[in-house]
Amino acid sequence: MNHLALPTVSYAALAPILFLLLGGVALMVLSALSRRPLAAGTVTGYSVLIGFGALISALAEYGHVNGAGPSSTVASAIAVDGFSAAIAVTVSVVVILASLLSHGYLRRMQIDAPAYHVLALTSASGAIIMAAANDLVVLFLGLEILSIALYVLAALNRRSAKSEEAALKYFILGGFSSAIFLFGIAFTYGATGSTNLQVITRTLGEGVAAKPGLLLAGLGLLLVGFFFKVAAVPFHLWTPDVYEGAPTPVTGFMAAAAKVGGFAALLRVLLTAMPQLSTNWTPVVYSVAVATLIGGAVLMVVQRDAKRMLAYSSINHAGFLLVGIVAATSAGISADLFYLFTYSVTALATFGIVTMLAGPRDDDAGIDRLSGLARRHPAIGAAMAILLLAQAGVPFTTGFIAKFSVIEAVVGHGSIPLAIIAMASAAVAVFAYLRLVATLYRTEDIATVDLGYDDSLTDGPAAFAIGLSVVVTIFFGIFPAALLDFGRTAVAHLLP
Amino acid sequence: MTAADPLFSGSGLTLAVFLIVLIKVVVAFAVLMGAVTMMIWFERKAISDMQSRIGPNRVGPWGLLQTLADGIKLFFKEDLIPAESDRFVFKLAPYLVVVPAFLIFAVIPVGGMVTIAHHTFQLQVADPPMGILLVLACSGIAVYGVMLAGWASGSKYPLMSSVRASAQMVSYEAALGMNVVTVLLLCNSLSTRDIVNAQGGAFWHWNLIRTGIVPFVLFLIAATAELNRPPFDVVEADSELVGGFNTEYSSIRFALFYLAEFMNTITMSAVMVTLFFGGPAGPIPNIPHLRWVFPILWFTAKVVAFCFMYIWFRAALPRMRYDQLMDLGWKKLIPLSLAWMLLVAAAIISWRWALVALAAVVLGWSGLTWAFELGAERELADDAVLPTIGQRPLPGWELRHITDGDEDWEMDESDEDADSDEEVEA
Amino acid sequence: MTSLLATVAIPDLLVFLLGALLCLVGAVSILTVKNPVHAALSLVMTLFGIAVLFIELQADFLAAVQIIVYAGAIVVLFLFVIMFLGVDREEDLAVEPIVGQRPLAAVLITALMASIVALGLVGHFEVGPATQTGMLHGGAGNVADLGRSVFTTYLFAFEATAGLLIIAVVGAVVLARRNNPDDHVAESQVEELA
Repeated sequence: MNHLALPTVSYAALAPILFLLLGGVALMVLSALSRRPLAAGTVTGYSVLIGFGALISALAEYGHVNGAGPSSTVASAIAVDGFSAAIAVTVSVVVILASLLSHGYLRRMQIDAPAYHVLALTSASGAIIMAAANDLVVLFLGLEILSIALYVLAALNRRSAKSEEAALKYFILGGFSSAIFLFGIAFTYGATGSTNLQVITRTLGEGVAAKPGLLLAGLGLLLVGFFFKVAAVPFHLWTPDVYEGAPTPVTGFMAAAAKVGGFAALLRVLLTAMPQLSTNWTPVVYSVAVATLIGGAVLMVVQRDAKRMLAYSSINHAGFLLVGIVAATSAGISADLFYLFTYSVTALATFGIVTMLAGPRDDDAGIDRLSGLARRHPAIGAAMAILLLAQAGVPFTTGFIAKFSVIEAVVGHGSIPLAIIAMASAAVAVFAYLRLVATLYRTEDIATVDLGYDDSLTDGPAAFAIGLSVVVTIFFGIFPAALLDFGRTAVAHLLP
Repeated sequence: MTAADPLFSGSGLTLAVFLIVLIKVVVAFAVLMGAVTMMIWFERKAISDMQSRIGPNRVGPWGLLQTLADGIKLFFKEDLIPAESDRFVFKLAPYLVVVPAFLIFAVIPVGGMVTIAHHTFQLQVADPPMGILLVLACSGIAVYGVMLAGWASGSKYPLMSSVRASAQMVSYEAALGMNVVTVLLLCNSLSTRDIVNAQGGAFWHWNLIRTGIVPFVLFLIAATAELNRPPFDVVEADSELVGGFNTEYSSIRFALFYLAEFMNTITMSAVMVTLFFGGPAGPIPNIPHLRWVFPILWFTAKVVAFCFMYIWFRAALPRMRYDQLMDLGWKKLIPLSLAWMLLVAAAIISWRWALVALAAVVLGWSGLTWAFELGAERELADDAVLPTIGQRPLPGWELRHITDGDEDWEMDESDEDADSDEEVEA
Repeated sequence: MTSLLATVAIPDLLVFLLGALLCLVGAVSILTVKNPVHAALSLVMTLFGIAVLFIELQADFLAAVQIIVYAGAIVVLFLFVIMFLGVDREEDLAVEPIVGQRPLAAVLITALMASIVALGLVGHFEVGPATQTGMLHGGAGNVADLGRSVFTTYLFAFEATAGLLIIAVVGAVVLARRNNPDDHVAESQVEELA
C-alpha cells in the first residue's frame, strides 16, 4: 500500500478559523462538563478573548501576507491572502462587539449564554471560511456553517412566537437558496471539471469559452444563492421578517456576519474565478444593484418598526456593496472591504441600541418607542443619532467615506448612471434616517409613560461596545487613510 | 484489489455462465426458504426444551413438518384488510420486509470455490465490490417494511410499534456500521469474499480475535436490536402493544412478516459468521472429490450455532424498557464502537499511535461519562403534553409517554380511532 | 448528441433509462400524491433511481451510501416525524393557496427543463459519463479513491464538514431542549400571529 502524500497545512493561516471554531467547540464541552451553568460574564469574557485571539492571528496573517505574498494552503482549498486576512479581521471585530452587545440581553431574557456564544463563534468561523475559500465545496461548507448556526440563533428567544417564525422562514428559504447554490456548484463542476477557483479560471480560457452554456447556468445559480445570502432585491423578501423576529442582538450579528461572509465569497468567486465572464455577470450584478439600491431605500421610508427599517437599510447597503462589485477593479474591492468593515461596526452598534429599547420581551421595536429618547437619555440618544447619520452617509463618519469610495470606484470604471442611482438612493435613505433622528429628539410626548427600557439601558458591556463603535465610526470618518490603506494593501495581495 | 468471481473472468456472458448464475440464485432461494422452516421448528423446539415443554411433535417426525402445516394454514386463511388502512402501503409493506432479507443472503459466501463443467465459481450468489455495504443498505430498507406496516394498519398499537421500530433500527444501524468499519480496517476491502479470505487459516486469524472481541460483542448486540429480537423486541412487545406492527395482518401477508423475521435471524447470523468467524473457514480433511463440502459444513455449523444463541437469548433474557434500549444504543454502543475503531486504526499504524489513541479514548470516555451523569442530574422542566402551535415538540418525554402508554396521556387521534373502531364494528 | 449515444453501450443505456425513470416518476409523484407518507415513499423511489444512476456511473460506494444514508436514515426520520406529529392526513390539493401559482409553476418548470436539456445539448462538459471520463477507473477502486481524495484534495472540506455536523447537532439540541418551565410561547402571541 503506497503512502498518502498529505497536503501541507499552514496552521498560522488557518488560525482565525481554528480559534473561532475550536473556541466554540471547547466552550460547548466546557459547559457540558461544568456542574453549575457557566456564568454569563465568564462566557462573554471567554467569547471576547476568543475574538481577540482570532483578531490577532488575522492581523498576523495579514502581516505575513504583506511580506510573503499570497499563497494557498491545504491542497489549495484555502487562500492565504490579504483579502481573507482583512475579512478575518472584520469578522473578529464583529465577534468581539457582538459578544459584548449580547451579554445583558442574554441575562435579561434568561437565554442559555453558552448556547448563544457557541453558535455565534462557529457561525463567525463559517464567515471566515467563506471569505478564505479557494474551492467551491469549501465555500459551500462555510456558507452552511454560517447559516445553520444563524437559523438556530434566530430561534433562541423561546418566549417569542415571532422568533420561531423568523427562524422557520429563514431556515426554509435559506435551505432552498443553499440547494440552488449547490446546483450552481454542480453545473460549474460539470463545465470546468473542478471546484477549485484557480483551476476554474485556467480552464475558462480553454474549451469552455466556446460553449459556455453550462458554466453560465452554473454562474447564474451561484449568483442567486449569493444574492439571497446578502439580501439583494429581488431575493430580499426574508430579510425584514427575519430581522424583525430574531432576537435583536442576533439580528445585529446576522446583519454583520452574514453580509461580510456573503460579499467576501461573492467578490472572490466573481473576481478571481470568473473574471473572464465579466461581460456576462456584470449586467446581472448591475441590474440587481440598481434594484437593491432603489428597493432598499424606498421601502425603508415606509417602515414603522425600527428593526424592519434597519433591515431595509441593510438591503440598501447591500446595493452599495454590489456597486463596488460592478466596478470590478481593485479600487472597487478595497472600497467594498472598507464598506464591509465600517458597515458591520455601525450596524452592530445600531442593533445594540435597538436591543436596549425593544422592551423587556424584545418584541416591540416600533419607531414610536424611540420618541424623545435623546431627551431622557442624552448619551444613548446621541450615540443612536451618530450611528444613524453614519449609515446615512453624512460627512465626518465612516459611512460617508464608504459610500464615497464605492461611488468613486464605479465612476472610475465608467458606470456613471449607476453612480447617479446610488447617490439618489442614498438621498432617499437619508430621509428615513433623518426622520428617525428627529424622532429621537422630539420634545412632545416624552411624557411619563414607562416604556419599560430603563433597566436595559444600564447594560455596561453593551454600552461599552456601543461607545467603542461610535468612536470607531467617527475616528475613521475623520481619519480614514489608515483603514483605506489597509484595504488597498489587502487587495494588492489578493490570490489571483 | 477486489478479486472478482473467476466465473466472469472468461470470455464474457456465455450460456453456461448464465445458467450457473441462475442456478446459484434458485438454489440460494430454495435453501434459504428451507432453512427458515427449519429455523422456525428449531426455535419452537429449543424454547420448549428450555421451558420444560414438549413443543410441536405431531406433524411429521419430531414435529418437523409443523411449519409447513402452519404455512398451508396461513395461506388459506382469509386475507383481512382493515377499513382504516392505507390499502396500497398495507399491501406493499410485507414485501419491503421480505425482499431485503433475501437480498442480504446474496452476498454471503457460503463456501469456497467449485468447478463444474470447466467453470470455476464462488459459492455465493453475488460478490459486489461494496458487498458489506449492501447488507447495511438492506437492513436500512427493512426498516420501511416495519414502519409502513404499522402506519398503514390505521390502528393505534401498530403505529406506536412502528414509531419505536424506526427510532430503534435507525439508532442501532449506526453502531452496527461502526463495528463493520473496524473489520474493514483489517480486511482492506468491502467485498464479503475478500473479508472471508482475509481470515483464512486457523481460528486466531478470525476477525473475532484480530479485532479484539469487543467489536463482535457490540455488533452482536446491535444486530439483535436491528432484528427486533428479544431482549430488544420492544417493537412487538406483546404485553404492551398486542402484537406490534403486524397486529392487523393476517393470512399470507402475516406469513411474510413471520418468514422475514426468521430469515433475518439466519442472514444476520451468516453476516456475523462472515465478518468475525471466517465464514466457511475451517479444517478440511483431504478426501478426494469432497473437499468442497467441508467449507459449506463449517459455515452451516457456525450459522446454526448463532441461531441457537438467538433462541437462547429469547428464552433467557427479559425485555428491555424502551428508554433503556435507546440509552444503551446512543450512550454506550456508539461511543464504544467509535472508541474501539479508533484504537484498532491506531494500532494498525504503530503501537505509539495506539497509546495516543488509548489516552484520547480514556479522556473522551471519562468526559462523556461525566457529562451524562451531569445531564441526568440536571432538572428538566415538565413538558407540555402535546406540542401546540408555537411550542416545540420534544421527543424525549412525549415519546416516553406514547411508547410507555402513560394512562394520563391521550393522543389526539385516539378519539377518532375509537370512533372508527365503532364504525367498523357496526 | 449522436456522438454521446455512440459511446454508450445498450445495457448501459437501459440501466440509465431505468434509473432516470425511477427518479422522474418518484419526483413527480412527490408533488402529486395527497398523503405525506406516500410523498415520502416517492422520495425513496427517487433516491433509489439516483442510486441506480450511481451504479451506472460505476460509483458503487456512492450508490450504497445513497441507500444507507438517504433511504435508510433520512427519509425514515421524515416518516418518523410525519407519523409522530400525526400530520399524515390527506390534504386537499384542489385549493390553491396563492391563485395562479400552479400554472405559473408549470410554465417555469417547463422552461427550466427545456433550458437544462438545451444546456445538455450545447454546453461544454469537462466531466460526463463513465465511458468518457474514466476518472474512477484504473485507481484502487471506489473506496480507496474516495478515501484518497478526502485526505488530499478535499482535506479541508472534509474537516469543515465535521465542524458543520457539530453545529447541526448543537443547533438541534439547543432547539429541542427546554430548561425553563416558562419557555413556551404564550397562547396570546400564537393567536396574534394567526
